[in-house]
Amino acid sequence: MLRYLTKRLMLLVGIVFVISVGSFYLIHLLPGNPATVILGFGATPEAKAILYKQLGLSKPIYLQYFVWLGNILHGNLGISFISQTTVSSVIRSALPIDGEIIIISQILAFAAAIPTAMRSARKPDGIVDRVLGATSFTLLSIPPYILIVVLVLFISIKLGVSATGPSAYVSFGTDWITNLESLSLPAFTLATGSFVVYYRVLRSDLIATLQEEFITMARSKGLSQRRIMWRHAFRPSSVALLGAASVNIGGLLAAGFIVQYLLQIPGLGYTLILAINSSDFLVVQGIVLTVSVLVVAVNFFFDFIINIVDPRISRE
Amino acid sequence: MSNFSLEDAALMVERPEKSEPLGLFFWICVFWVGLNIFGAIFANVLPLQNPLFGNYNAVNVGPSLHHLFGTDDLGRDILSRVVYGSRVSITVGLGAILIGYGIGAPLGMLAAYRRGRFDAILTTIMYLLLAFPAIIATIAVLSFWTPRSLFKIIVVIGIASVPLVYRVIRTATLSVATKDYVIAAKVQGATDRRILLKELLPNIAPIALSFFLIGVATIIILEGALAFLGLSVNPPTPSWGNMINEARTVLSQNVWLAFFPSLALCLFLIALNFIGDRIRSHFDVTEVKL
Repeated sequence: MLRYLTKRLMLLVGIVFVISVGSFYLIHLLPGNPATVILGFGATPEAKAILYKQLGLSKPIYLQYFVWLGNILHGNLGISFISQTTVSSVIRSALPIDGEIIIISQILAFAAAIPTAMRSARKPDGIVDRVLGATSFTLLSIPPYILIVVLVLFISIKLGVSATGPSAYVSFGTDWITNLESLSLPAFTLATGSFVVYYRVLRSDLIATLQEEFITMARSKGLSQRRIMWRHAFRPSSVALLGAASVNIGGLLAAGFIVQYLLQIPGLGYTLILAINSSDFLVVQGIVLTVSVLVVAVNFFFDFIINIVDPRISRE
Repeated sequence: MSNFSLEDAALMVERPEKSEPLGLFFWICVFWVGLNIFGAIFANVLPLQNPLFGNYNAVNVGPSLHHLFGTDDLGRDILSRVVYGSRVSITVGLGAILIGYGIGAPLGMLAAYRRGRFDAILTTIMYLLLAFPAIIATIAVLSFWTPRSLFKIIVVIGIASVPLVYRVIRTATLSVATKDYVIAAKVQGATDRRILLKELLPNIAPIALSFFLIGVATIIILEGALAFLGLSVNPPTPSWGNMINEARTVLSQNVWLAFFPSLALCLFLIALNFIGDRIRSHFDVTEVKL
């Protein structure tokens, strides 16, 4: 177990290194002198001096990386040249919104996927399984940005449900009921995408698990269907489910970006797109770096949980 | 196995005993994908109105005989914009996956066939890249690498898909590389080139084709997302993604504007996913686990 974790931790460090080099290099993809592109032609010498210090622009490129990395490790991601606030404070205020949407969506997705997958796996190719299979297949081909447009059309515009349309966002601290209302459509959209993945993975894994000998043994002991499903089949199959959830995180964030943008919810995605459109490159860089590292950290955390659920994995 | 002969080797090529029939819906999907590709290629030959021409006497009108799908808020014909819009989606989808396969597939096959240090190093690198959330990397690179063009979008998505293709092809090749008929070919002194092209390639072709189609569908979804974020082709050039994006601001006045490109996109994705899924189950290849 410890050996396995050390190995994973080394991989994690490697990945974070790759991410940091990638994010660092982004600035150099800009055409022309980074300082001019980031600050514009009318930049004051003071602003230029700050940027040169942040990015180490007067040094050779490999040294620039270390200057930049040193600043990042001190929590200094630079200054947004549009709003004149630090990039880290921009990220700190936006990140909790993404977290809230993702957590709600995952609760919904698991709550829907686990019972339906169990129902399907009980009689594979039965009528219920076929209907669920066709439904999940269709949902798989509906991108989140279409689903959210349809939801806005029917729920916010046709039905006129308050606080669900664009720019209806209220922070959790101000009014938590309206806050949940304004995040309901984004959370539902993300939940639908995740549900399809979880349902399909769990269903096929449960079908395989239910053919194992220990299930036959449990059946012959006369245990109830419900007990066999939850106690004997779900636990080994939940490893596949957790694996799918771990892989899903990156996609969830990206889908969340678009949904936030459409509803003008000031999470990381909306902030990112505004920054892209206004050429606020240090904000873009900071968000890309933060999100990538978070995704990798979450994957690592899931690995750890999977190990606890199924200790056989670390022994392989 | 003392009298091992060529005939035995030929018989050992595993054929699924009874494969699931492809079914009518499969061929409908093939037809639909073909029709879309036909429309994309011949859009300027087909009797369509100019997708950029705005008829200000007919703004936001619903479907009629004159405009089968209606017109948008600038009086442009939605049908012709949907057909022209398929060009962007299909070009990006096919172009990017071809780059992914062009680099990822040979590397994956070679790694699985050679094994050893080459495989170990390459696989570690690919897993490192795979951990980097591809969509965020794509957004990041495209927002910095200006000015944006269709070519750059294809290159960025194509490169981002290399590790995924590599993993699928490597896993598929590994499962056939140890089969007896491959060993038989080796014993007979076949060259590596011959084994890779004549023994391994035909046997991983179904799963490669299946993942190819599902890959195209995934990339088309991604292109739509980029269009939403303003990172794909610039208006007025129509693409399914930017049409839906423009439509959402006039959603309460003109539903058709969002409806038709969304429908076109979803039907195309369903067809691609279904064909890919059916090819896999037809050749009875077990699902590659994520």
